Amino acid sequence: MKAQLNNLFRGLGLCAALGLVALPVGAQSAGGPLRIEITEGVIEPLPFALPVFIADSPDMADAAQDITRVIAADLRGTGLFREIPAEAHISTITSFDSPVQFADWQAINAQALITGSVGRTSDGQMVVRFRLFDVFSQLPLGDGLQFVATPETWRRMAHRVADQVYSRITGESGYFDTRVAFINEEGPKNARLKRLALMDYDGANVQYLTDSSAIVLAPRFSPDGRSLLYTSYESGTPRIYQMDIASVTHRPLADLPGTMTFAPRYSPDGRRVVFSVERGGNSDIYMLDLISGGQTRLTEAPSIETAPSFSPDGNQVVFESDRSGNQQLYIMPATGGQAQRISRGSGRYGTPVWSPRGDYIAFTKQEAGRFHIGVMRVDGSEERLLTASFLDEGPTWAPNGRVVMFTRETAGTNGAPALYSVDISGRNLQRVATPGMASDPAWSPLLQ
Amino acid sequence: MMKLLVKSSLMVAMLGLAACSQAGLGGSGAGGMNGAGAMGGNFDPASPEYFNQTIGDRVFFAVDQSTLSAEAAATLDQQATWLLNNPSYTAIIEGHADEQGTREYNLALGARRAASAQEYLISRGVAPNRLSTISYGKERPIEICSNEACYSRNRRAVTVIAAGAGV
Repeated sequence: MKAQLNNLFRGLGLCAALGLVALPVGAQSAGGPLRIEITEGVIEPLPFALPVFIADSPDMADAAQDITRVIAADLRGTGLFREIPAEAHISTITSFDSPVQFADWQAINAQALITGSVGRTSDGQMVVRFRLFDVFSQLPLGDGLQFVATPETWRRMAHRVADQVYSRITGESGYFDTRVAFINEEGPKNARLKRLALMDYDGANVQYLTDSSAIVLAPRFSPDGRSLLYTSYESGTPRIYQMDIASVTHRPLADLPGTMTFAPRYSPDGRRVVFSVERGGNSDIYMLDLISGGQTRLTEAPSIETAPSFSPDGNQVVFESDRSGNQQLYIMPATGGQAQRISRGSGRYGTPVWSPRGDYIAFTKQEAGRFHIGVMRVDGSEERLLTASFLDEGPTWAPNGRVVMFTRETAGTNGAPALYSVDISGRNLQRVATPGMASDPAWSPLLQ
Repeated sequence: MMKLLVKSSLMVAMLGLAACSQAGLGGSGAGGMNGAGAMGGNFDPASPEYFNQTIGDRVFFAVDQSTLSAEAAATLDQQATWLLNNPSYTAIIEGHADEQGTREYNLALGARRAASAQEYLISRGVAPNRLSTISYGKERPIEICSNEACYSRNRRAVTVIAAGAGV
């Protein structure tokens, strides 16, 4: 199924430009009014108009509706954009190629206008075309694009359109054509059944990768998005497994030492895995070279060393250790050696994850009976807490390094975990759609 | 481990104590009863029920700690004596944490607690090859409220008796 998906999407490429655009102004207009700086405080979301995409034939009408709806949801969900409802539209788009009546869109204060069409090729492929306009400068923002793929991948095509819009307006890469691995949870709090699951980032297309016969925890994506590392009790004790997503087959990661192996994470080039090994009650960090099979012990301390995460260049590892008496964050060379403590505030810090952009480290902070998701610079400065609740933990980065997803668990006998996302500015806290209770999200890279 | 548990449950049935057979056989201690002498001395002293109920199959820890209190050491002393007197059993020591911690740290902490109990039993003469450990982190709380009354019961190491000679 998954292998098929990849094949089907080969033809999608990054978008055959149609050459339909009269003025391929592209990046030049990026400095104009239609621009969101994500790092700045966004006071007012950018209003956009997204008329339902034109169906090239009557049988594509439903698909056109659905695709338009997904694009709008992607953009609204960022908190950076506000959709102007269709009822307010003055102009009607009747043809993808007819000239845009900019005055009509200016009149309703739309700053961005997205038009598109959905059609079908003679061999049954779906064709999605779109254009983005800067309404006030009356110019297209970038080239019109066309995506061709099988009809069942319509959601991915919609996400790709939204990624293009997001990227052209913010200057950042998008994160909509992505998936999230997570742990699906069922049952009472003292007898939870856990399954490894996968879904689109917006909760669609849920797929279960394990049954609930063994506890599974904390999946992590490979950099190519094709496999997951996770911890499972299937052999009786917690060990690390590798799941091939396309074939839904898994195997122990390697012949690893210790009673328990856990907290795995791939290197950015996918050639190494850093993880924790517990032996005799003591947990330390190890490195596995996936090419040679060689294993290196990176820490050797009587304290708990766990939750390692690579820097984007693969040269350093951030991890947590309670060597000072409680959980704090440290950075060491990826070859091991001297570690520098970076967390300085009060409270305890765990689950550090290096941003794919390299600029921040996201973490879980525990202080005075509350949990927070936060970010700090790599040197520990500019600590910013993004959330606060009874129990927030385990951030994972969107591939553009602007949003994190995490687990929030409610208190009490009916306490239940759910997935949430939040901007690194602390804005736009949202619950992520899941089929039921869910924990331990892992955000994929942008799909190929 | 499943195999050992199955054997253990057969053993319990054989001893005619099926009424209490759930005790300690939940694989995580989560389905078992709280050990601490809840039902007095009605069990055959050579039975796992005696171990679970009369001696007490579990010890408790302070927040973030894996050191043994005097009370925990006293329980483990009796566990060691029982294991020495009943050499046909092995034990899996489960380490658990309360929910107030991150998942992976709690796995490591549970392992520390299990190892702490294991080391103590070994120091009292139990052969190391009869004892194994497993951490459940915060995955298998026995109490499900979100306050210290429950947390203090969840920060535990549970000695789960299984039939069979050492490995």
